[in-house]
Amino acid sequence: MNAWIAIGATALGCYAVKLAGLLVPAGALERPVIRRLAALLPVALLAALTAQQTFADGRTLVLDARAAGLAAAAVVLLLRAPFLLVVAAAVVVTAGVRAMGAG
Amino acid sequence: MTDRTALEDADTGEKADRAVVRDALGVGVAVGLSGFAFGVTSAGSGLTLPQTCALSLLVFTGASQFALVGALAVGGGPFTAAAGAFFLGARNAFYGLRLSQLLVLPRAVRPFAAQWVIDETAVVALAQPTRRAARLGFFVTGLTLYLLWNLTTLLGAMGAEAIGDTGAWGLDAAGPAVFLALLAPMLKTGTERAVAGLAVLLGLGLLPVLPAGVPVLLAALAAPAVLWADGRRRRGEQEDA
Repeated sequence: MNAWIAIGATALGCYAVKLAGLLVPAGALERPVIRRLAALLPVALLAALTAQQTFADGRTLVLDARAAGLAAAAVVLLLRAPFLLVVAAAVVVTAGVRAMGAG
Repeated sequence: MTDRTALEDADTGEKADRAVVRDALGVGVAVGLSGFAFGVTSAGSGLTLPQTCALSLLVFTGASQFALVGALAVGGGPFTAAAGAFFLGARNAFYGLRLSQLLVLPRAVRPFAAQWVIDETAVVALAQPTRRAARLGFFVTGLTLYLLWNLTTLLGAMGAEAIGDTGAWGLDAAGPAVFLALLAPMLKTGTERAVAGLAVLLGLGLLPVLPAGVPVLLAALAAPAVLWADGRRRRGEQEDA
């Protein structure tokens, strides 16, 4: 039930902001500080989420195979590889490290 | 003479259309396929098949979907989890602002077009030189991405249910890898890097002491904090000069 409530709230909220952008008159959100904040918020959220989903196990911090996977993804990203290859590198390296018995 | 010019115009117009469609399909297919990663991650986080598919059909903005299932997986409350996903989706409002000026859609069409206002459609449409090309790019990218993203979500979730332990296959690393891939192109200047660094410290530092989902929301405060510090520094420099 909790999951359905979360899904409903997210769907409504995300649709509302998409529609708001198309409907509000131009200029309403054009203040520079709002634009800067809107560009920086995803940076903060994505960075925190990346870190948490790599180093957290529940509410404890751990260093396991996922860290190796993410490092591989970072290397592949630096090589300007396409999106899917980045994800694949993380998955393969994480599975490989686990198969070797570490993490 | 006029006939010939018109013919050439139509010819270059067609060529331009084809180039837009090719770009749009490229983006739509590449990103649409990553719905696999979402389906797998969502099923691995304990969501059911209908729940996973509902997210891709109704939310349809990848980062928010990943964030939501990640927050639910660690036991976050429904509204805390939804808040994180919502803040991530808020950037779409700014794409909508720029797209509405560019596409000039009829009012009746806007509620339908809205669901497709995301990173990829905005990137393709905003890169086009004319309104016609922008509309075509928006429509083809949106349609391709919506169909593929939902199809691959379904397949990914079914696949994850079939193989059982997604962790053993390293599939729990797909979520953070997607976030990193979305984040990397945003880290253009020192300001963005400072925000990311501070957000990582807040996100990890607060994790053991606060309820699930809350640390991510507080980490978002890194954005206004760095912006404020930047503004102060700039004012300071102006006074010195």
